[in-house]
Amino acid sequence: MPNELAVVTVLGADRPGIVAAISSALAEANANIIDISMTVLRGIFSMIMLVDISRSELDINSLREELERKGELVGVKVLVLHESVFRFMQRV
Amino acid sequence: MPKYDASEISEIVEMLSFQNLDVRSVTLGISLLPALRHEDIAEGVYSVLLERSSRLSEAVERVSRRLGVRIVTKRVAVTPICDLIDSRASDPEEARRIGLRIAERLDRAAKELGIDYIGGYAAFVDSGFSLGDLGLINSIPEALSSTERLSSLVNVASTMHGINLNAVSLMGEVIKRTAELSDGRGCTRLGVFANAVSGVPFIPGAFHDGREEDPVINVAVSGPGVVEGMVRLVEGGDVRTVHDSIKRAAFKITRLGELVGREVAREMGVRFGSVDLSLAPTPAVGDSVADVLRAIGVSDVGAPGSLLALAILTDAIKKGGAMATSSVGGLSGAFIPVSEDYGMAEAVRRGSLNLQMLLAMVAVCSTGLDMVPIPGDVESHVISAIIGDVMALGVALDKTLGVRLIPVPGAREGEKVDFGGLLGSSPVLGVPKIGSKALLARGGVVPPMVNRLLKG
Repeated sequence: MPNELAVVTVLGADRPGIVAAISSALAEANANIIDISMTVLRGIFSMIMLVDISRSELDINSLREELERKGELVGVKVLVLHESVFRFMQRV
Repeated sequence: MPKYDASEISEIVEMLSFQNLDVRSVTLGISLLPALRHEDIAEGVYSVLLERSSRLSEAVERVSRRLGVRIVTKRVAVTPICDLIDSRASDPEEARRIGLRIAERLDRAAKELGIDYIGGYAAFVDSGFSLGDLGLINSIPEALSSTERLSSLVNVASTMHGINLNAVSLMGEVIKRTAELSDGRGCTRLGVFANAVSGVPFIPGAFHDGREEDPVINVAVSGPGVVEGMVRLVEGGDVRTVHDSIKRAAFKITRLGELVGREVAREMGVRFGSVDLSLAPTPAVGDSVADVLRAIGVSDVGAPGSLLALAILTDAIKKGGAMATSSVGGLSGAFIPVSEDYGMAEAVRRGSLNLQMLLAMVAVCSTGLDMVPIPGDVESHVISAIIGDVMALGVALDKTLGVRLIPVPGAREGEKVDFGGLLGSSPVLGVPKIGSKALLARGGVVPPMVNRLLKG
């Protein structure tokens, strides 16, 4: 099965448990993180992940809802976009 | 697997989350000619529509959820209804009644299918009236005031045939009557056009003709906020740098439209038609073509230099967009509606922008006089004369231009009116109290201009 990828971005005030909350939700859905970048700048946490959702138990919309819910619990904003959006807009 | 760096990802996230980038509309074009097989034409229209556009709503929502991109409206464009009326009517009154019945069914179908607007309640009278045209035009005031989603266009001029002065006169009266019956609201769904073309995803200009794929998906993008952001990034750069940065923004915006169009078409199993490159504003702050012009460097929209800035913007959008999609459609320029663009409405409030300047700006963009609220007591012949001016520009410049004037009953110049939602709000623009009655009274069709001869 070809890869189906999603880009997950997370932004908010830094606190313990953000990475755990988001990555465990992904693991539970059987979505595989294949690239990740994370920084904390003056207390603001930001994380961008490329996630393979082709074997995920949830479709991308349900996964988005789940991640947004988890994000709310730890006080961060989560955005999930299909990778094709980036491919179309940034690659010719 | 493609690699992205963080700045590429954050750029797109910023566009979609903070600069109001979205897909303004997905429009399904369908032919209603199969309705001719039915004995009752209005019922035929209704059943063809229900059958052929039933999957639009769901397909659009599914694509929106999958990609994570907002798609603001779902629309349908149909065969010009004047032709269907022509197939059945034998006198003008019967034509009007058939029109009204079809209008009611179109609106009902749109509601049942979750479609925001339905376009194609149209007549083409640039060279003269058929029975169907006349019936349809006469039905417009009642049709638009008794429906919510139906939209109507009347093409009164073209480069090929000239300008039908009788139709220009008639449309002034139709606009007035529609406003009176609907408190102005019906006029937000009524456009008078020169050189109307099919495949336009925008209302009220959308219709579907027999030369298009059938059915077909056409897409319109938004994105003034993104362009403004790009222009502000090159603060202090020369005008070529600005032009180049708009081109880059237009490319990316258009690619988003192309992606959404392809995906919706695939979901529905129909052909993908084209992306209209036009930059379409919304009433939201930070989503304004007027603000782009200010970012380019005019002190306020309406100031001398506004045409120059708008011409730079329109050209850069066309060039950037042209590379992004191999199927450019529609109008492809910059829209400068008044009430739908927060920045334009503000410029009217400040007194920077008036009707004369708007009329001049029409020459270098693609809309025409769009969503312009005017005093309710403006006489119909003055409205007709204004329409005549825009039609002359459309024909002389060989381009598509429309007029969507809204004479708001009871409203005076400067008074604020609100149409709600995407239609926005604006102060009422002043209109000269004088017209050109004698010119309009001459009637007949203005001959096509000399540029017609270049077409063979």
